[in-house]
Amino acid sequence: MRETHSARVGLGTRIGRLPHVVGLGLLTLLLLAAVSFAFPPFLEVDNVKSLLDDTALLIMLAVGEMFVLLTRSVDLSVAANAALTGMVVALFNAAHPGAGMLPVIVIAIVMGAVLGAFNGILVWKLRIPSIVVTLGTLSAYRGLVYIVSGGAWVNSGQMSPMFLGLVRVPILGVSVLSWIGFLVAVAAFLFLRFSVSGRNLYAAGNNPNAAAYAGIDVGRMQFLAFVLSGAIAGLAGYLWVARFAVAYTDVASGFELQVIAACVIGGVSITGGVGGVVGVVLGGLFLGIIKNALPVVGISPFWQMAVSGLVITVAVVLNAGARRHEGRRILEESEAGA
Amino acid sequence: MSSVLPVATETAPRRNPAWRKLLRWEVLLALVVLADFLFNARISKYFLDPWTLSDASFNFTERAIVALPMALLIIAGEIDISVGSTMALCSVVMGEVAAAGHGTPLVVLTGIVIGFLAGCFNAVLVTFFRVPSIVATIGTLSLYRGIAYAIVGDGVLKAYKPNFAYFGQGYVVGPISFELVLFGGLAILFAVLLHGTIIGRRIFAIGANPIASRVAGIRVDQYKFWIFATLGLFAGLASVLLTSRLGSTRPSIAMGWELDIITMVILGGISIDGGQGSIMGVVLAALLIGLVTFGLSLLNVPGIVLSIVTGGLLIAVVALSSVLGYSGRRRSR
Amino acid sequence: MTAPILTMTGVTKHFAGVRALVKGELTLYPGEVTALIGENGAGKSTLVKILTGVHHADEGSITLGGEVVRIPSADAANRLGISAIHQEAVVFDDLSVAENIFITERPRRHGMVDWAEMRRQTSKLLAELDPRIDPAMPMRQLSVAQKHLVQIARALSHEARVVIMDEPTAALSHREVAELFTIVHRLKAEGRAILFISHKFDEVFEIADRYAVFRDGAAVGQGLVSDVGRDELITLMVGRSVDQVFPKAVVPIGEELFRVEGLSRGREFADVSFGLRRGEILGVYGLVGAGRSEVMQTIFGLNRADAGTVTLEGRKLVIRSPEDAIDQGLGFVPEDRQISGGILRFSINDNIALPSLSRLAGFGFTRRGEERKLADEYVSQLQIKTSGIAQRLEELSGGNQQKVVIAKWLATHPRVLIMDEPTKGIDVGAKTAVYRLMGEMVAQGLGIIMVTSELPEALGMADRVLVMRRGRVAALFDRVEATAEAIVRAATDA
Repeated sequence: MRETHSARVGLGTRIGRLPHVVGLGLLTLLLLAAVSFAFPPFLEVDNVKSLLDDTALLIMLAVGEMFVLLTRSVDLSVAANAALTGMVVALFNAAHPGAGMLPVIVIAIVMGAVLGAFNGILVWKLRIPSIVVTLGTLSAYRGLVYIVSGGAWVNSGQMSPMFLGLVRVPILGVSVLSWIGFLVAVAAFLFLRFSVSGRNLYAAGNNPNAAAYAGIDVGRMQFLAFVLSGAIAGLAGYLWVARFAVAYTDVASGFELQVIAACVIGGVSITGGVGGVVGVVLGGLFLGIIKNALPVVGISPFWQMAVSGLVITVAVVLNAGARRHEGRRILEESEAGA
Repeated sequence: MSSVLPVATETAPRRNPAWRKLLRWEVLLALVVLADFLFNARISKYFLDPWTLSDASFNFTERAIVALPMALLIIAGEIDISVGSTMALCSVVMGEVAAAGHGTPLVVLTGIVIGFLAGCFNAVLVTFFRVPSIVATIGTLSLYRGIAYAIVGDGVLKAYKPNFAYFGQGYVVGPISFELVLFGGLAILFAVLLHGTIIGRRIFAIGANPIASRVAGIRVDQYKFWIFATLGLFAGLASVLLTSRLGSTRPSIAMGWELDIITMVILGGISIDGGQGSIMGVVLAALLIGLVTFGLSLLNVPGIVLSIVTGGLLIAVVALSSVLGYSGRRRSR
Repeated sequence: MTAPILTMTGVTKHFAGVRALVKGELTLYPGEVTALIGENGAGKSTLVKILTGVHHADEGSITLGGEVVRIPSADAANRLGISAIHQEAVVFDDLSVAENIFITERPRRHGMVDWAEMRRQTSKLLAELDPRIDPAMPMRQLSVAQKHLVQIARALSHEARVVIMDEPTAALSHREVAELFTIVHRLKAEGRAILFISHKFDEVFEIADRYAVFRDGAAVGQGLVSDVGRDELITLMVGRSVDQVFPKAVVPIGEELFRVEGLSRGREFADVSFGLRRGEILGVYGLVGAGRSEVMQTIFGLNRADAGTVTLEGRKLVIRSPEDAIDQGLGFVPEDRQISGGILRFSINDNIALPSLSRLAGFGFTRRGEERKLADEYVSQLQIKTSGIAQRLEELSGGNQQKVVIAKWLATHPRVLIMDEPTKGIDVGAKTAVYRLMGEMVAQGLGIIMVTSELPEALGMADRVLVMRRGRVAALFDRVEATAEAIVRAATDA
């Protein structure tokens, strides 16, 4: 009935988009303040840098995921994509250390985009549910990492100094890795805000029927989202391998779930058409701060997963609570309109 | 809620030629299973040995036991990706109970009860708090696995009594393992439940159209709750089997199994959109995955490569079904 | 007389072998309003979808401004200056008003969407329509009427030469309709051609210059509104006279069967009371959004009431869920047949058996034989046209689908049947069949509550008409005193 259908109403959408982001921003700040007040070492330069580097990867992947979620799809293969692309560029670098960084980055982005396009084409042309497609490619891409590497690790000794060093170069005191994460977020923000394709991603997911009336090809928008998500995952794959100076089959294994969690905490609706870059960045920071704060606070590393799992669960429950039951307001609404 | 789709004003002509019935999903699957069986028999002369076949069955029985209630859940239009973590949590708690010196009955009971409770928690998130099930279980996936790590860290628990080994290593008759018998029995039970009872019919109805089902007097939320709970319970059961077979518990146990299990279900012809599928299909898909996995291991193909095969198989068959125009595999999640 | 701006000739469209439109003819003139009249399923919406590029005609030609045009996509329709205001308000709820207006051609500067310009243009457009709408508001926050205005603004932004309005007044109050008509007059004055689709003849005579009538997918007449009478139009539209459409059976009305007293729920409705007598059809009329469906859903246990009682045959009912309602003798044919009424992917057999499963089962096991017997019985009793009870619901026509939904409720042996818009979206013949069926049901001592938005249906079928307005009972008319004017006055703010 109508009520069931209008259940997808966000806290954000009821009072304008801002409050969710503002609330999450305040919460993140509060968390940061609390942790640094109780444990001043948390704000030490090295720790902050490491926090930024960790979250840069999460935020990048989450931004890519958001494109897909906006179109009412989901991409479970982002982490496997990153692992595969990361492995391929590491092998390339090991084989051709003199080729420089440009081919590495181009390969990473193009290959990631191709892997994403494979997902996208199946969703677009064969109309297979995205969750099925990416469940399959999640396994397949991960398996391919093993095949291309023969199961071996590519470690720092085999990587060129440039390959390893690029991400660590500080600019204004912050690593290139963090800058890339920042730039991807800014680019995504501009794309979603000011480009026609970006706006059409929202339209396609918000109301596919209406999108068809407006001449927007929903399947094509889904394809575009998967390509973008794939390209970002590919780039993140190189960055990941370079940052941790090792490539192996299980790189970023299971990370796709944290990526989706960052999106959901950031206010992206799993049913499409709602969400923004700012929220996703805050969602990523929120998860990143918790993850980085736990060891500083002195919680055993074995407790970290439980705590972040708890945080994710609570966050999604709170989000859903805010979205629940708008209820029709016939009495009040029409009296106000009369 | 009129859609923009055309509403036909007269009865559409029926298109249901006999050959399409022959091409039923289960028949296709059975043929592929048979082909792989012959293939395996060809590549290894030991394959047809009853004991080899018995070994092969261990490749899928534990996952397949979880796949049965997972099929019910997906038919009802929900999903649970926390089952692997639930198994880890159950295994760790069982390990602790065993380490405290308790006997096998209590250990087994604990495993199953913990699984049940974990399933209930998922159910509460979905039916009471209205969190979409994929989102809810992403959270509990981390939570349950995290608790498992929090309890044992990087340790190993292996204080199980010798008789605990029967569940995962025992044989009922000759080469027929306890796991296989249990799976067979449960598969029949689930097939009867799903295809022969009111409960099963209502589960199909819920998945095909939850709103119309509710109007028709079905307590949709109650059904969903109990399916989640049952799935948790079965994850606990599978955890008993797996832990017993391995003889030890680490918190990383059953990592990534949720994907194998869901793959099995979807490969079995259960529509991810709900409302469609059969237990027969799931059993065949489980057999297929077990046989392919075993065949490849006969060829000394390493385990991780199998994931390409599983993933590829999933996409290939679903793509094939889409191209051939099987109904029920529609867009949307 | 000016030259027509748009002419459609011989336009034919089939869907999977079913003819939706046969040699459709339509002519629109600049500065004139043409009313498109026809029952549901007459081919109106197919025609509109062809004009807006959503569907493509199999045959026939469209001439626009003297040139033969093709409309391959929604985009193309916009570029040609054809703009539609859809009945169901096809909008993006989470996008802003401004973006909804400019969804197909957002203003750009240096290739980037120019939000300031978009808002400026939106303000300009809305200033004349409804200055209270803020361009930056999410669409979700607007009322139905305001959503229509935004769609009109969209048409204006396209410099549309042809504006299609698909039942724009269905959910509007009297005052809002008047405001809409002012805007329509303005569009006329600007030389645009308007295609106005409506079921309400008063409106047709008030606003339209020309009419075009469709029946069963074919054009059956067109001309000037000034040359035609109301009865003539109705006869053209339904192809038979009114009393044949509404075969009201004479059934003795018995004692009170069912009573609702002081029912209230949140902000949806308050203090709703009414009674239903044995053998009676109680019509419940009101504008879309008056709270009628909400009342029925609450009675049936789909929602929880805050206050109020429901009694059946003097016994107070405790209904916490639809299951309780069914057990205690209520049935509910919901408004949206394809979403809440039936399960499209299920067979006729499974659909009919669904609410009666436990009665048909033995020890929890389904009994296929019993189910088939039941389905066969109702298929023949209700004359459902089907190749067999194993046929899927989605393969049936709207009218037959509705009969299956009714059958599934009759199979539960209800004492009271609630029917929410029982003939929505089905063709005239099927409507009459449903009405006959209702007559037979009440003759057997059932009570029927019929929620309807169609005045002729309320007048033609109901023994009494309860009118709701803004979540409250506004009036109750006996069949003899129920006139169209009185009912409409009670239902609207006038």
